[in-house]
Amino acid sequence: MAMSNIIPLFVAISLLGAFIISIIGKRLKWLPDLIGSLTTLILLVLSLITVRIVATQGILVYNVGSWKLPIGIVLVLDGLTVFMLVTVNLIAFFVSIYSINYMERFTSKWKFYTLFLLMMAGMNGVVVTGDMFNLFVFLEIASVASYALVAFGTERHELEAAFKYTVMSTVGTLFILLGIVFLYSYTSTLNMADMANVLAQKGMSNIVVMVSILFIVGFGLKAALVPFHAWLPDAHPSAPAPISAMLSGVLIKSLGIYTLCRVFYNVIGINSSLSLVLMVLGTLSMVIGVFLAIGQWDFKRLLAYHSISQIGYVILGIGLGTPLGIIGGLFHLFNHSVFKALLFLNSGAVEYATGTRDLQKMGGLMTKMPITGTTTLIASMSIAGIPPFNGFWSKLIIIIAAVQANRLGYAFWAVLASILTLASFMKVMKYAFFGELRNKWSEVMEVPFFMKIAMVILALICVVGGVLFISNINEIFLKPASDVLLEGTKYADIVFKGIQ
Amino acid sequence: MIIYLLCLMLFCCGLYCILRKRNIIKIILGIIIAEYAVNLFFILVAYRMEGRSPILSSEVEIVNMVDPLPQALVLTSIVIGLATTALLVALAMRIYEKYGTFDITKIKELKG
Repeated sequence: MAMSNIIPLFVAISLLGAFIISIIGKRLKWLPDLIGSLTTLILLVLSLITVRIVATQGILVYNVGSWKLPIGIVLVLDGLTVFMLVTVNLIAFFVSIYSINYMERFTSKWKFYTLFLLMMAGMNGVVVTGDMFNLFVFLEIASVASYALVAFGTERHELEAAFKYTVMSTVGTLFILLGIVFLYSYTSTLNMADMANVLAQKGMSNIVVMVSILFIVGFGLKAALVPFHAWLPDAHPSAPAPISAMLSGVLIKSLGIYTLCRVFYNVIGINSSLSLVLMVLGTLSMVIGVFLAIGQWDFKRLLAYHSISQIGYVILGIGLGTPLGIIGGLFHLFNHSVFKALLFLNSGAVEYATGTRDLQKMGGLMTKMPITGTTTLIASMSIAGIPPFNGFWSKLIIIIAAVQANRLGYAFWAVLASILTLASFMKVMKYAFFGELRNKWSEVMEVPFFMKIAMVILALICVVGGVLFISNINEIFLKPASDVLLEGTKYADIVFKGIQ
Repeated sequence: MIIYLLCLMLFCCGLYCILRKRNIIKIILGIIIAEYAVNLFFILVAYRMEGRSPILSSEVEIVNMVDPLPQALVLTSIVIGLATTALLVALAMRIYEKYGTFDITKIKELKG
């Protein structure tokens, strides 16, 4: 059996799980939990196996339907893909464990798991595909599932947020499709590697500039970069907490940032003006996001604004284009997935126990919910960049990279945004977990077992996350991912030579 | 050339509808119009003047044929559009049940 047969499994297994749950999940109450957790566990194990495969054997290429490379659809497994697969499936596994207890509050749990696994199929598909139109199809699978999940509560706010999100995101999709049409008419191919070759031969032209603008708008809408961010602070808090964790943790990254990187670095080829646009958008998101976050009193809404701000860091790091900047950006992407998913799970735990998301109504919950309190403290320190935690290392690398590249202005804004982040999380800790316990909350209980275990393990990853930058682990996890971006349009030759 | 401009105008109509209209149903219609404009443009890109259908046969030499790939892709894109539209309409129905109106200026409880 050829090694590359592992690639389509990432899409197939999630689709299979969704299929089984949708057929028999309605009758057997225990089944959706089991299948959901089992599927994500298998996906996590598979993605960890691929880390090893790519480190030892190089890039794998799978031809769908045995059509040879420039003609058919190909699925590609390279460093960046592996990195994203591990991030997506790691978060998904803990989120699905957490949902076992959390989703008891909602009716029809099986619908939740079906949509959740469909969203996983879409995200894994976006990450593994090497074909432009295929990327669009998987993008839509993930997006449509996420629209339905945002509206899952079907109350006034959920519906309003979901409608706004669907309209904005659909417009983004239209721009992406239009960009793909222009690229196809210019290059007469849909395969990313082939497209990169043709574009390299034909050189820059006005069509490529136009396509770049369309993609920045389209993928920027998916990633919620600042001029296009208006939907995120409504949509992410309205979803059930595990879905907020998925949306903020991995969906905006695999649909927005990964696709931006892949298209601009490996297909179109990065140049100084594109890199400037990315850096400016990143800095704007970073600063505006954090300023909007400080004034919030709704716990989840505050976290959603911080997502915008932290995405800015990732884009800034990747936009710098230096080896250190790209490593910093990707490292921050992974770290942000972990601590933002954890923070959303924490906010869900608080809501589960007390029934409110308003920080002003909480207070002194640390004594009643020690595990939730401690994990929130760890995640807050991570996101604010306090030394031993993972967020500190990645922010440090991005700032050092900005200074090295002689972009002192950007480095200054990055430091400022970090300080403001610290301030807003001190507010969260002070109002929610420290201080006097109100009488109203004297009956509050700690959350059930599965929710605790998911939060504790994610918190442990936050504590030891800095290890990823130690040279051995860096060699097999972060370095291959940043190499893929650094090699630029040479990606095409590498895919054509890849093991089939 | 004129046909491409008309296609662009159709797309702009759709975008205008999405951005300026206050009724939820009209916004959904705007999305559909913009979607159709993109699909139409995709088909136009594949069209060749006086081209023939792309069927291989031994007698006729193929000189000028219409590109068949976008037609297959547009089918996919139409189906995706159908899914999005169905979801949007379902959301619109639920919103009407909860708020009793389709006017988006009256449906804004989320802000800040």
